[in-house]
Amino acid sequence: MVTLSSDSRPIIGRGPPLGLRFVFFTAISIVLMTLDSRSSYLQTARLWMGTAINPFYSVVQAPLDWWTLLTDSFSERETLRRENERVLRDLRVARVRLLQFDALSEENRRLRAIRSASEGIAGRTLIAEIMQVSLDPFRHRVRINQGSDNGVFKGQPVLDAFGILGQVARVDRYGAEVILISDPEHATPVLVNRNGIRSIAVGTGDMRKLSLSFLTVEADIKVDDLLVSSGLDEIFPQGYPVARVSKVERSSAATFALVEAKPLAQLDRAREVVLLWFEKPGAADGTGGASASAAPAPAASTPLNSESGTR
Amino acid sequence: MADSRVGSIRVTLSLILALLLAIVPLPQSINAARPHLLLLLLIYWSLSAPQLVGLAAAWICGLALDMLKGTLIGQHALAFLLIAYVTHKFQLRMRLFPIYQQTLMVFALVAIYEGLVFVIDGFKGQAVPNAAHWLPVITSALLWPLLVAAMDTWGRRRR
Repeated sequence: MVTLSSDSRPIIGRGPPLGLRFVFFTAISIVLMTLDSRSSYLQTARLWMGTAINPFYSVVQAPLDWWTLLTDSFSERETLRRENERVLRDLRVARVRLLQFDALSEENRRLRAIRSASEGIAGRTLIAEIMQVSLDPFRHRVRINQGSDNGVFKGQPVLDAFGILGQVARVDRYGAEVILISDPEHATPVLVNRNGIRSIAVGTGDMRKLSLSFLTVEADIKVDDLLVSSGLDEIFPQGYPVARVSKVERSSAATFALVEAKPLAQLDRAREVVLLWFEKPGAADGTGGASASAAPAPAASTPLNSESGTR
Repeated sequence: MADSRVGSIRVTLSLILALLLAIVPLPQSINAARPHLLLLLLIYWSLSAPQLVGLAAAWICGLALDMLKGTLIGQHALAFLLIAYVTHKFQLRMRLFPIYQQTLMVFALVAIYEGLVFVIDGFKGQAVPNAAHWLPVITSALLWPLLVAAMDTWGRRRR
C-alpha cells in the first residue's frame, strides 16, 4: 500500500474541477504539438528550453568524463608510447596525401567553373564530441556538445573520420541534436563513385544498413561500390564517402532493384565528430568560413522535406 | 507546514533524479527495456501527496521529458497528463489496493501511456515498428512494488 505523506486530501473538489483542468492542459498540449510539428513558431522557445535543460546532460555526462579522465591518467607508459608512434605515423601518411590536395582542389574548381556546375568546397571545420547520453533507443539521434554559441546551425553536415555521419537537426545554445544517416527519417543523396549514378540512401533504423531507392534493375551498380555524397541537397558537400554497397538484388518481376549499403562512418562508436561549413566556388574568392549553406527554407523541418525541394 | 515543505523537497528531488536517470546511457542490450521511472514516480506521488502533485506537475514533468529526449513538445506532456488524470480520479481506491492489484493497475496505466505516445508518433509519421518498444511496460510494472517499498521507507524514516 502506498502510505500517505504530507497532505493526502484529494484534489477533487478543490479549485477548478479535475475534468476541466484535464481538458485545459490537453488543449495546450495539442496546440504545442501542432505548432512544433508544422511550423517554426516554437523554435525560440525550444532554443531557450533546450538551454535550460542542458545542465541535465552535463550532470549525466560528468561522471563518465571523470572516469575517462581518471583511466587516461593511469595509462601505461608503454601503451601511450605505442599509441603516440601510431598516431605520428598516420599523421605523416595523411600529410603526404594532403600535399596534392591544394593542387587538385584548384584544378577541380577550374573544371567545375568551366561546366558552370555549383558544388561546394568544405572550408571551416569544428570538432565536437558526442555526449554519452541516451536519447531514444529507437531513433538514431545523438547529442553533441557544440551549440549555436559556437556557430552550429540547423542542417549542418556532421562527419567522422570515415564518412558522413548525419546532419544537425536541432540546435540550442550549448549543444545540438544530430540525426544520423541511419535514422528512418533521413535520406542522403548519393552517387556511385565509379560511374556517377545518382540515388538516395534512406536510413532503415539499422545502423549497418542504408537502403538505396529508385535504382532500376538495369542500373549499373555492384556490391562494394563506394557511394559518395552528390551534394544535390545543398546540405552535404559533394564527394564525401557515405557508404559501401553491401547487397544488390535484382528480380526480373520488379521495376527497382533492392540495394543495400553499409555506412562507412562509425555510427555506433563515434566519439568525436567534425562539423563542416562549406562555401560555393563563387563565394570562395572572399574570406573562407562563410556559411553559404546556412539554414534551408524555414518550413522544412525534416531532412526529407528539405531535399525534395531542390532542382 | 513543515511537513508539507519537507514533502515538496522530497518530491522535487525524486523527480529530478528520475529525469537524470531517463537519459543515463545503458548498455545497448537493455537500453530498450528502460523502465519509465519518471512516470512511476509521478503515479506514486499522485497517490501519496495529491495536493502537491496534481495535473500541472505531471504536465510539466512530461514537458521536461520532451525537452530532454528531443521529441515533439507536448507529446509526453499529454501522455503524463492522461495518466495523472486517471490516477487522481481513482486515487482513493488505488491507494487501498493490495500491492499486486496496484501493480496490475500500474501495468495498465503504463501500457496506456506507451500506447498514447505510440499513437502520437504515428500522427507524426514516425511510428517505430519494433516490438521491443513495449518492453518498458513490463519492466515498469515490475519496478512498481520496489519503488513503493523504497519511497515508503524513505518517507517513514523522515518522520
